[in-house]
Amino acid sequence: MIVQDDWRHGGFGLYVHWPFCAAKCPYCDFNSHVSASVDQTRWARALASEIARLAEELPGRHLDSIFFGGGTPSLMLPETVDHVLRAARAAWGFANHIEITLEANPTSVERARFRGFAEAGVNRVSMGIQALNDRDLRALGRTHDVAEARAAFEVARSVFQRVSFDLIYARQGQDRAAWQAELREALAMAADHLSLYQLTIEPGTVFGRRAQAGTLRGLPDEDLAADMYLDTQDICEKAGLPGYEISNHAAPGAESRHNLIYWRQGDWAAIGPGAHGRITLPGGRFATEAHLSPGAWLNAVETSGNGESLREAVPSCEQAAELLLMGLRLSEGISESRHARLSGASLSSDAVARLEALGMITRASDRLRVTEAGRPVLNAILRELVA
Amino acid sequence: MTELDLIRNFSIVAHIDHGKSTLADRLIQLTGTVAERDMKAQMLDSMDIERERGITIKANTVRINYPARDGKTYILNLIDTPGHVDFAYEVSRSMRAVEGSLLVVDASQGVEAQTLANVYQAIDANHEIVPVLNKIDLPAADPERVKENIEDVIGIDASDAIPISAKTGLGIPDVLEAIVTRLPAPKGDRDAPLKAMLVDSWYDAYLGVVVMIRVMDGVIRKGDQVKMMQTGATYRLDKLAVLTPAMKDIEELGPGEIGVFTASIKQVRDTRVGDTITHEKKPAAEALPGFKPAQPVVFCGLFPVDANDFEALRDAIEKLALNDASFSYEMETSAALGFGFRCGFLGLLHLEVIRDRLEREYDLDLITTAPSVVFKLHMRDGEVRDLHNPADMPDLTHVDHIEEPRIKATIMVPDEYLGDVLKLCQDRRGIQLDLTYAGSRAMVVYDLPLAEVVFDFYDRLKSVTKGYASFDYQISEYREDHLVKMSILVNDEPVDALAVMVHRDRAESRGRAMVEKLKELIPRHMFKIPIQAAIGSRVIARETLSAMRKDVTAKCYGGDATRKKKLLEKQKAGKKRMRQFGKVEIPQTAFIQALKMDN
Repeated sequence: MIVQDDWRHGGFGLYVHWPFCAAKCPYCDFNSHVSASVDQTRWARALASEIARLAEELPGRHLDSIFFGGGTPSLMLPETVDHVLRAARAAWGFANHIEITLEANPTSVERARFRGFAEAGVNRVSMGIQALNDRDLRALGRTHDVAEARAAFEVARSVFQRVSFDLIYARQGQDRAAWQAELREALAMAADHLSLYQLTIEPGTVFGRRAQAGTLRGLPDEDLAADMYLDTQDICEKAGLPGYEISNHAAPGAESRHNLIYWRQGDWAAIGPGAHGRITLPGGRFATEAHLSPGAWLNAVETSGNGESLREAVPSCEQAAELLLMGLRLSEGISESRHARLSGASLSSDAVARLEALGMITRASDRLRVTEAGRPVLNAILRELVA
Repeated sequence: MTELDLIRNFSIVAHIDHGKSTLADRLIQLTGTVAERDMKAQMLDSMDIERERGITIKANTVRINYPARDGKTYILNLIDTPGHVDFAYEVSRSMRAVEGSLLVVDASQGVEAQTLANVYQAIDANHEIVPVLNKIDLPAADPERVKENIEDVIGIDASDAIPISAKTGLGIPDVLEAIVTRLPAPKGDRDAPLKAMLVDSWYDAYLGVVVMIRVMDGVIRKGDQVKMMQTGATYRLDKLAVLTPAMKDIEELGPGEIGVFTASIKQVRDTRVGDTITHEKKPAAEALPGFKPAQPVVFCGLFPVDANDFEALRDAIEKLALNDASFSYEMETSAALGFGFRCGFLGLLHLEVIRDRLEREYDLDLITTAPSVVFKLHMRDGEVRDLHNPADMPDLTHVDHIEEPRIKATIMVPDEYLGDVLKLCQDRRGIQLDLTYAGSRAMVVYDLPLAEVVFDFYDRLKSVTKGYASFDYQISEYREDHLVKMSILVNDEPVDALAVMVHRDRAESRGRAMVEKLKELIPRHMFKIPIQAAIGSRVIARETLSAMRKDVTAKCYGGDATRKKKLLEKQKAGKKRMRQFGKVEIPQTAFIQALKMDN
């Protein structure tokens, strides 16, 4: 059975991937490329053409959200953003309270473009500030300093309705007190949304290679990392920005609507190199993947009118797994009946009972939630629950 | 058939790496026995595992035609013997099949313990021994010192030692000539009833079981009806041949000759190394002395990682056992590990070789439990029981006392490491029997419990001596000691596969070491896990593995769902390398690792 309108649980969004960066950060394993010159007119046309292609397959929808991610999308020219947004509006139309987010680096170069982005229709920025001290910013390979970041943040606050920023913690040599102080400073900046990520060492990154070589020292152990996580939940909660997802905190109502589409398993069309989408078509739900390298993607779009490298059906059982993987990250949890509908079976009652007894999950009025105690060990919970 | 005085039979005694196989290769090459193009490095070591480890497990033989300087052509039979203590009995039989040995010693290193054991076997077999100094071309070579060393340590005259370089070929003709002039010709009576010793046997995919023999008396011919005097089985010879090393048919073999036959024998298990082969019709009055049935001394459990592979494991073990009479097996059920086999081996190397072959040749993933020895339980009612598995230990109230096998271990080590070696031996309940010096090298002889050696003794010895020690042992006797069964409880449940027999005085420190090790080996769970060592109901050591505190992916957005799903699948596959025990998952490697003692 195909559950045709399941995506409505999460809404419909558009993800636009801009793959270029001014420099590659040592912890980043995203699809990003450092390129000297980018022909933005060609890229704008190609992105618009992808929107048109997908709109034909997904007629009659309204966009709840658009998200420019990367890479560094704040390196896009405002005209490029404007071109893409016009194409999206023409293709689908915008829902009343559409959220249009652009990820921005807090440097002076990008700051100068903020007004232009706002005029094109961007109403939310997510800034990669990452740390509030210069030494750690350098260690993270960032090109900005704290003063520059604060200046960019102030401009952003005056220009956009909503501003969020990212910090990376559990950094080399960071202790609990230092992080608590930094987090309080961040909260004092009065953003309505914070993404607070523990530094993760990914294979294939500069940090990954250094960790393997044993030269990446001073990373917190499991206990310290856990304490820092709990501190973060506690401090943000008290400051009025409770964690609504593992690493995301917002004032009530200021949650990222776009990211909620992912976590609630809505539909999102995804364009640009390496972008992953999930779309529900008359034949079922499909995963899409675009060509990874910028050159290959641009060439595919321009010559064949399609940047996708892969499209495959996501069977209901896998949708059920994705619902757990993504949905249990949210404090609101998942609907058990929705999960049962997708998986065709209920969750292993043994595992559920075990996890409930351990205080890792709770169940009430059709919702299965991971408790505060369970969140720091979500992966272990998922290993039990995902069949 | 060849005249006795034109035959010379010999073996080569050497330490690993001292060049035994290279010398054998040179002898074969120089006499043109194998065409140059067929020459593979280390001709005689045929199993992959033998080549990899640089050791010989099965005896091999080659018959060489050598035109000597006296104008006569001699037949030289080289038996390449196993070079490891695990196969001491096999070595002794090979030694009995020849009259002389070349003692190959590295001209820069001197005699090693392993060499010593085999030299003594050669001396026991009344061999004429020709010392050969190899690697004479190396700058570090010190032939005079090594000659002295041979005389000091072994007590044989080394003044006529032949300097050679097996690598470059230097001195090889002198070795061949010495084999003819210095080694005795075999003796034997051609007219006496047939007596041939079964030296080795193996399975050949085309020929079935191939039996290697040395004829002592009488003549054996193709088509003969023969009888194995130990098993009583009779066979008709299908094929009689010599190894050059390729099999070459021959009509008959007389006294002093070495060759192989096939006789529609189904399993290697039906042949016993050391057995006497005679004619069915006109049998020898008595068998050759020295036969011993294979006696496994080290036991461990082998379990499939994936329980579904049990049948495949059974098949593989049965097939391997057909070809190796020295290894025993019986089905075992473990609460922790499910269905598997309790297997007995001649020693640790034998265990490793069999396990490697099962994993490689039959593509199985195995869990190996800690090796243990056979304890003798003297029951109150006078019965004596063999205990192969600590998990089977009966109620103590029925046991009067327990005996364990002891070994006599000989260790040779440069004196700078002597202190560490003595400490290691003391730590393993050793009793020093002897300590002598030969130059700057010490030779210590210890009486040790086999149980303390079968596990990681050799690894520890190598590590404390940076690889400079050599080690050899012989089982000496069974002796009573204060032994107890120590159980390990994980999350309050005993894990049978982790139970061990230990000395009572050491139980506490061993228990502590094991629970500490297990605490590192078992991954954190969502709840805390007590890990205890106990004797009976008395807990002697306890650790608590604290609950997992953090395992969560920081970032997970639209593009990450696929990746995350793959990661989860990988983790799930990783869980398969674990064994669920109660609520706790124990990694398969823990069953062995937990017993390793780091210091």
